[in-house]
Amino acid sequence: MKKKLNFMEFMNRCLPNMEDLQDSGQTSGCGSGGCGSQTTANTIVTDGGCSSGGCSSSLAEAFVEPSATCELGTCGCQPESEGFIHKPMNRRDAIKTMVGGTAATVALAQTACSPANTPEEKEEIRLKWSEYFKGNFREMTEKERASTIQRLERLAEMRGKDINVSKLGPQENVLYGYAFNIGKCKGYRKCVDACVHENNQDRDTKMQYIRIFEMENGKINLEDGKADYFHAVPREGHYYIGTQCFQCENPPCVKVCPVGATWKEKDGIIVIDYDWCIGCRYCQAACPYWARRFNWAEPKLSNEQENGKQHYLSNRKRKQGVMEKCTFCLQRTRKGENPACVEACPTGARVFGNLLDPQSEIRKIIASKRVFRLKEELGTEPKFWYYMDQ
Amino acid sequence: MKSLFYFFFDGFKHLYKGGPSYYAWVIFLKIVMLVGLYAWYIQIRDGLQVTGMSDHVSWGFYISNFTFFVGVAAAAVMLVLPAYVLHDSDFSQAVLLGEGVAVSALIICIGFVGVDVGRPDRLWHMIPFIGNLHFPESMLAWDLIVLNGYLALNSLIPFYILFCKYRGIKPNNKLYVPFVYLSVFWAVGIHMVTAFLYAGLTARPYWNSSLLGPRFLASAFAAGPAVIIMVLMVIRNVWKFPIRNVTLDKLAMIATVAAQVNLIMLGSEIFKEFYWPTEHSQSAQYLFFGLHGHDALKGWIWFSIILNIIVTGFMMVHPIRKNHRVLPVLCLLLFISIWIEKGLGIIVPGFIPSPLGEIVEYTPSHIELMVSAGIIALGIFIFTCLSKVAVGIEKGEIKKSQ
Ligand code: SF4
Ligand code: SF4
Repeated sequence: MKKKLNFMEFMNRCLPNMEDLQDSGQTSGCGSGGCGSQTTANTIVTDGGCSSGGCSSSLAEAFVEPSATCELGTCGCQPESEGFIHKPMNRRDAIKTMVGGTAATVALAQTACSPANTPEEKEEIRLKWSEYFKGNFREMTEKERASTIQRLERLAEMRGKDINVSKLGPQENVLYGYAFNIGKCKGYRKCVDACVHENNQDRDTKMQYIRIFEMENGKINLEDGKADYFHAVPREGHYYIGTQCFQCENPPCVKVCPVGATWKEKDGIIVIDYDWCIGCRYCQAACPYWARRFNWAEPKLSNEQENGKQHYLSNRKRKQGVMEKCTFCLQRTRKGENPACVEACPTGARVFGNLLDPQSEIRKIIASKRVFRLKEELGTEPKFWYYMDQ
Repeated sequence: MKSLFYFFFDGFKHLYKGGPSYYAWVIFLKIVMLVGLYAWYIQIRDGLQVTGMSDHVSWGFYISNFTFFVGVAAAAVMLVLPAYVLHDSDFSQAVLLGEGVAVSALIICIGFVGVDVGRPDRLWHMIPFIGNLHFPESMLAWDLIVLNGYLALNSLIPFYILFCKYRGIKPNNKLYVPFVYLSVFWAVGIHMVTAFLYAGLTARPYWNSSLLGPRFLASAFAAGPAVIIMVLMVIRNVWKFPIRNVTLDKLAMIATVAAQVNLIMLGSEIFKEFYWPTEHSQSAQYLFFGLHGHDALKGWIWFSIILNIIVTGFMMVHPIRKNHRVLPVLCLLLFISIWIEKGLGIIVPGFIPSPLGEIVEYTPSHIELMVSAGIIALGIFIFTCLSKVAVGIEKGEIKKSQ
């Protein structure tokens, strides 16, 4: 009997909160511009915000005359037309309405049930609530992408960090490839450090995407190498060989994912939607190169350590219980920069480029040097070649 | 509609009828479940770091047990086979308890998958149309479908039979027997799909063998009937439910044959791995002999294999197998040996060494053991409830009042 009462109390505390959020939350999500976005009936709490202003203030107006900013997809206040046609989303919205106060409330119980009185707290719950019900990034409309990014940026702002999350897609006629000169690498592991800083990995467990194996001359099997060496390098009679995610052209990790949370982009990069991954770790078992890393606990990363220049599919902050891995720094490369590891390497052992450009250095290396790839026999077609100068 | 309501009402009421030992049993199960629940809470709060798993051995005790209990679920339905072979026995009665075991084992399986994922709150992403199920590429998507289908099949058939008996009607054979046949084939299906989960991964040569599926099946058809024999004997003694010796003997026969086949396949694997060991034999090397001084599983696997050989040997002798004092002991030992072989010997070594040749060992943590105990207790609890009601109806203790 007593148990039941407590449960009712719990529900009573949760539900009214959620409801008045839905009323009051509409306007509070706006970044800078004046946007009183009115949402349609079946999206309870989405799309509160507008980053750049200039948004029409009522639904009717929005339908008639979407403003210029909205068309660019930078604003979360676009008309709902697309969302209505898009069936899966629509069903999801229906579910979202139905389950109000059940499963998700439990997930959010900690925050939701502490009396949320300040508008800030209410906003945070509202944002997290919408985040919980969003779809897979690959299936989102431009508008939905914009609004989730807005929520992510706002949530980061609320914890005191200004971040900029990009959703820049693959560039035309680009297929990224990588070459690693095993003759040049001296095992300094500057790339490892640069990667950790660039990609916001968990500092607690010292998660690293890149592994540098110290190999005795005359050996080639990685089993015989050592990835955890702690002495001065380079060591006499040894050479060094680095691994990371090879962005396989035929990736087994993608095939096995039960929810489609990981996929290959047009520019050949294998990405993970960290907010869609259920953490089953099937992909980790399927990767023949041991490239994937799991967040066994809530990642530790202070605001100072966090790199604010982020991409939705790459280095944005991860959560507990999801998979992650190297993306060849797509937050940088899609803007035309080199990956952080390439930039950091003092010996020039790392070469990155566009495989579709016949003039690129990587193409020249593949054409003129003796190159090999790891576990060629598995048919995964890694886009990562090893080579030597002589 | 009304009788459906009373069916459930009477069923639940029956659950509260029982002697002190029944109550003690149920309370014991509930305590274990609560302990498991608490451990799971800690795991959710702090993340999977509280388990023994790591990026190197990324599946452990949970997935091993999942695999094993899929086998038990699949084999449970084999109880209907002897009934078929024997034609004269009461068919529906045999189906009921077998499917009760199947349902409980499936709930255990689903429980193990549920606690293994890092984000149980996002499991709705797997629901077709609402989320996106990656079907047909992902074998895990297949597994989800076949396991739930099997669960539905095995809940609905007994429900139909019991509901008929409750109302005093004879179940219509034509209505449910086709589904019983289907469930036998489906049983093979769930097991093969589960084997394909692992066999499809070229990254792990230890699993990437065409023998994995058949070997799974053989060991399941040895361990499953062994469980059922024990369960039937307990039910026969405690609830005075008439179960004929011949049913037990047939089951024991199935278990024996399956155990023999399992041993033959094990032998063939061992031959392949060790006659000319290659780089791909390293996992087997680790499992049976240890690798570079790491040999956490060596003792377990040899214990299991030796036990398995001895028990199978005894079961091959007719008088010993037919002695119903010895049989449950043999079944228990067979069950334990296969549980170790499949539980520790199939999943974990697949991760050692890692695809890049690093060796990191694995031992389940206390939290993992507690959560696992909780899930198994949940399965046993559900079986206790289901079989109590089923036996009650079969014996005519629960009847629709006029
Ligand atoms: S290296 Fe591994 S994680 Fe990267 S694409 Fe290939 S299989 Fe996937
Ligand atoms: S861990 Fe995440 S990305 Fe990997 S298979 Fe599971 S759901 Fe997909």
